[in-house]
Amino acid sequence: MQPLVDVRDLHYRYDDGTVALDGVDFQLFPGETVAVFGANGSGKTTFALHLNGLLMGEGSVTVCGMPVRHDTLAQVRQKVGLVFQDSDNQLFMPTALEDVAFGPLNLGLDREAAQTRARESLAAVGMAHASAKAPYHLSAGEKKRVAIAGILAMSPEILVLDEPTTFLDPPGQNALLELLDQLPQAKILVTHDVDCARALASRAIFFDKGKIAGEGPVEEVVARFHWDRIALSRTASSRR
Amino acid sequence: MHHVVLDRWSRGESALHRRDARAKTIAVLVFLIVLATARRSFLTLSACYLGILVAVIIAAGLPLMGVLKRAAVVLPFTAVFAAISLAAGEPMRAAALVGKSYLSALAVLILVSSTPLPQLLGGLERMGVPRYLLMVAQFLYRYLFVISEEAQHMRAALQAKSGSLRNNLRNREKFGAPAGVLSVLFARSYAHAEGVHQAMQARGFRGHFLTLSGRSFARADAVFVAAALILIVGTRAVVEVLV
Repeated sequence: MQPLVDVRDLHYRYDDGTVALDGVDFQLFPGETVAVFGANGSGKTTFALHLNGLLMGEGSVTVCGMPVRHDTLAQVRQKVGLVFQDSDNQLFMPTALEDVAFGPLNLGLDREAAQTRARESLAAVGMAHASAKAPYHLSAGEKKRVAIAGILAMSPEILVLDEPTTFLDPPGQNALLELLDQLPQAKILVTHDVDCARALASRAIFFDKGKIAGEGPVEEVVARFHWDRIALSRTASSRR
Repeated sequence: MHHVVLDRWSRGESALHRRDARAKTIAVLVFLIVLATARRSFLTLSACYLGILVAVIIAAGLPLMGVLKRAAVVLPFTAVFAAISLAAGEPMRAAALVGKSYLSALAVLILVSSTPLPQLLGGLERMGVPRYLLMVAQFLYRYLFVISEEAQHMRAALQAKSGSLRNNLRNREKFGAPAGVLSVLFARSYAHAEGVHQAMQARGFRGHFLTLSGRSFARADAVFVAAALILIVGTRAVVEVLV
């Protein structure tokens, strides 16, 4: 099967000399959801930014058969929808509807088609009622939904979500997980939230110092890298 | 948040809000030119124009006192030059400086308060204003929001730690603290602005702001421009003839 995302020997170094990615190989297949774990600063977000061409390192990144290069950026960005951790960064237009229509307009759709698509996307995430609202009047959960609608409106084949459950209360997290579960796109979840990964992902990869240190089923990766709060809860219960 | 007031006002539903951005821009430009070139009977003319602008504010459903107060933001700048004119024994010139700057600011404020910024910039673009300049304006506007948000967060954090910028400014020994706060504010704003720009790029932004509103210049807009021109020029002509 042809992978949707094919990353080969990817290296990236920031201007200050920090090595963020140090030989990453990764593949994402249609219908798959992959969780990306790793400590803060391990290279997860840098990796995610490469999938959309926001960063370009050494090595190769191929999306839906297209190499990520300057001349393919427009097509790549239509294929890969990137949902940022901080929704406030993502919502910059005066109303939710205009914000969601921003991507389709940039894709070259006319105003009417862009508006239709924006309304459909808002309805798909349960935010049709908020189309005329200013983004700063929305709750954190609503902002996240509108941010996702903005990506869905571009009809991507792959969703890359950076810490999707951050800033959300537990009901908001549950609602978001239900929503994401219903979306047919292949997904990459960059997250610290093991429960989120358990609910959505079929496999996980673990970043350490810019490399993929391990991959496999979510539970296996969590257990191998001690990546949940079980140890902490054991300590707490022994105190009680 | 404090900075969203103008944006909220611009989302009104009045007849003025419904006019094409180009029609309103033309009316404001003519007003500014007619006002700037007025010499005779300036006080009477100012009073007439103030009356017209107040009527426009009320008709547009904008909060009168809020708009009048915000337009006064230009006064400290012109007050300096007015004071110099006053000291030079030219009280009429001082009054004209203050009056013209205030009325100009009021007219521009009404334009901005009745036209959402994307529409305003779209209108300016269709009027031939260079796209690059408009892009700078759009980013400046967006990043002013960013800086304002960051400043509000930092002020809250400072207050939570029992500090205040004002107290630190009063104490010379602690003067380094506000300077540090300012540098952190700009560093954080820069990082936030980077995030906004990345999000825009990720959704295919290629340097050209496209918006849903593609209003055409309707007959009502032409009538509005004609009426505005007659009112602005006519008022000056009548005042100059009669007074």
